[in-house]
Amino acid sequence: MKHLDEYRDAAASQSLITDIRARATRPWVLMDVCGGQTHNLVRYGIERELADCVELIHGPGCPVCVTATELIDFAVALALRPNTIVASFGDMLRVPGSSQSLMQARERGGRIQIVYSPLDALALARQHPNAEIVFLAVGFETTAPATALAVIQATKLSLNNFSIVPAHVRVLPAMETIMRMPDNRVEGFLAAGHVCCITGFEAYQPFASRFRVPIVITGFEPIDLLRGILKTVELLETGQAIVKNQYSRTVQRQGNLAAQSIIDQVYEVDDRDWRGFGTISGGGYRLRAEYSLMNARQKFADVLPPKGRGDVDCRGADVMSGKIKPKQCPAFATTCTPQSPLGAPMVSSEGACAAYYRFEPLPIKVPS
Amino acid sequence: MCLGVPGRVVRWINRESNFAKAEVEFSGVRREIHMACVTDANLGDYVIVHAGIAICLVDEVEAEQTLAELKSLGENSDETP
Amino acid sequence: MNAPMSPLACPRPTTSDQTITLAHGEGGKMMRNLIRDRIVSKLGETNVQRFSDAACVGTIKGNVAISTDSYVVSPLFFPGGDIGTLAVHGTINDLAMAGASPLFLTLSLILEEGLPFEVFDRVIDSIAETANTCGVPIVAGDTKVVTKGAADGMFLNTTGVGVHHDDQRMSAKQIQPGDTLVVSGPIARHGIAVLAARESLEFMPPPASDSAALHRVAADLQSALGNDLRTMRDATRGGVAAVLHEWAEESTLAMWVDEAQLPLLPETRGVCELLGLDPMFVANEGTFVAAIASHRTEDAISVMKTHSSCGDPAPIGYARRREISPVLVSRGMGGDQPLDEPIAAMLPRIC
Ligand code: SF4
Repeated sequence: MKHLDEYRDAAASQSLITDIRARATRPWVLMDVCGGQTHNLVRYGIERELADCVELIHGPGCPVCVTATELIDFAVALALRPNTIVASFGDMLRVPGSSQSLMQARERGGRIQIVYSPLDALALARQHPNAEIVFLAVGFETTAPATALAVIQATKLSLNNFSIVPAHVRVLPAMETIMRMPDNRVEGFLAAGHVCCITGFEAYQPFASRFRVPIVITGFEPIDLLRGILKTVELLETGQAIVKNQYSRTVQRQGNLAAQSIIDQVYEVDDRDWRGFGTISGGGYRLRAEYSLMNARQKFADVLPPKGRGDVDCRGADVMSGKIKPKQCPAFATTCTPQSPLGAPMVSSEGACAAYYRFEPLPIKVPS
Repeated sequence: MCLGVPGRVVRWINRESNFAKAEVEFSGVRREIHMACVTDANLGDYVIVHAGIAICLVDEVEAEQTLAELKSLGENSDETP
Repeated sequence: MNAPMSPLACPRPTTSDQTITLAHGEGGKMMRNLIRDRIVSKLGETNVQRFSDAACVGTIKGNVAISTDSYVVSPLFFPGGDIGTLAVHGTINDLAMAGASPLFLTLSLILEEGLPFEVFDRVIDSIAETANTCGVPIVAGDTKVVTKGAADGMFLNTTGVGVHHDDQRMSAKQIQPGDTLVVSGPIARHGIAVLAARESLEFMPPPASDSAALHRVAADLQSALGNDLRTMRDATRGGVAAVLHEWAEESTLAMWVDEAQLPLLPETRGVCELLGLDPMFVANEGTFVAAIASHRTEDAISVMKTHSSCGDPAPIGYARRREISPVLVSRGMGGDQPLDEPIAAMLPRIC
């Protein structure tokens, strides 16, 4: 596939790895912000390959992992509500709520339809005019235009049986939260490429200066990741706390203006409770008042659950802020596995714990 | 997060802003993709698709430049033992 | 057209002429008619044996193999197959992969009240045609009807009886370090086809299942390779990854795969990328993996190539002594990556 296969080339990867080794004079601590990056860093063995010269911390960039328990509980309650269908991305189905996941709710008769796109949920609303269709709108800035577009289209089409649970989160406030933690270890960021497709990276420069941390906009394929790491190491070695774009084939400085205006039309910035992190100021989007008819929180306020109690045994926040590696969590692969997860990072395919469990279940000796 | 896959725009279906749609091809399979964020895409252009909508155009010039850099990198490191 | 309803008519329309009702499973006339007119007439005509409650199949010489499997799939029809083709192919394949030639099948139907006859007939036609093409008669059967909601349209069960070829004992325990792992055709087609149809993912062209019977190619491989064919397995649920994990466990060896060698149709690749699925974990219904003594790899591939059930056979890796991980994948990046064991069906993801 064009624009994909070129960036999985083995020989080029090897020379990038050689370059990174040559450049790094000490083991720098880099955070990959996006779960998709985590997934591929582990899947392609890049993390292990570079273990001697770069320490990679897997940031909070998995919206599935940081969606508050209370929102899962709400979705579960909606799925069990008569005449209601919850439409969701496949990612959310196995995430534990405070008592059950959507998957478990489905086993108990809850109506849940997996969709590939929020806009497919509109088709569902048209097919079932007598049922309520509620879309669980999770995701970072990357996904917000799609759900906003669904809201706009539903309004234009007067689909009164469609609504969303607004659960979008914003990535920069989370990066800031991590930098402000007293025991923060992050020395450089691989910023999330597809988020930046939408937002651009103008806001990153003041951030980089304020926290004296280099930020490199990074893609997802092995070569993209290695180029991002190499650039970050170069910036660190030369003491430059600036922003560089290593994903220039898709990301422009000002981002996608059309996408931003679609988000703006429907959402406004709001504080948001992040699972494991607590409330992050400006950490999410809420629906604008004009669209309150599409807001499931208002429409179905009668089934809104009490605030979740949080995950008692899960150290997900420590993992996502880089304090510990998944394997350092006492529950990892013992009481917490993908079959019976204690926290969301073990269940989401992008979650750091699941990525380690999937791709690095055991230490590997290099075969002779 | 944010799985984004490059696909080629093969046919416009609707160019009306919020309802813009095109057929986009991903390695032998096509799907209708919402195009409200890239209404200026031409046939043959590549877009990055996430959750059923195109979130940006792929800049061919930048892509070529990156690939050229990679090539020269390979050549340089061939010289170093 | 329905006649206009009188005010005294039963408010529940009787649709027994168009759909399955509970009465069709209650042993009376309706059930007898259903079996005679809509099952036996079709299966009986297309098969050598007469379809009945308890078939007398005569003496079977040799080592008898029996396999049974139940089939539930939603939707019942999908590009490349339907629940009927699966029920015939699946049980035939279970026998074939164990090294047995299938002789007979039985067919058990569990129908949901309200199932349209049109759907029922289509499935029975498909079963009859598939069994006929495979040359394996359906000799006995049973029908039950359950109340609406207790089943998803229809569930099928088939049991197959076969006889082993020679005394050849295929098993994963026979796999030796250095043996080649060969896959018979492009992988991940069935799982993607059903997922796309079930979740209305609207791909064009709609991806098609690989549903196919493997008894002929299996028999040819066995006679051509003898003990150099160590074992075979159709890569159904859990895909190729599940097969390799099973073999690794049984043989106590490691299975090593080069990802770049996995045969994959471009459209399957496109869908997998788009939905974030790993094709090694996606189900197949007519594609199998074989472990073969390495010097016979080419022979095995040429046998496979003579069968239309095998698309584009390819060696994908080999067995080797286990270091730590049971299954390893090379993704071209230097070190090999351990491949985990499938846990639950993969769901499409956006993250
Ligand atoms: S291993 Fe499980 S319990 Fe520990 S941090 Fe990860 S998800 Fe939470």
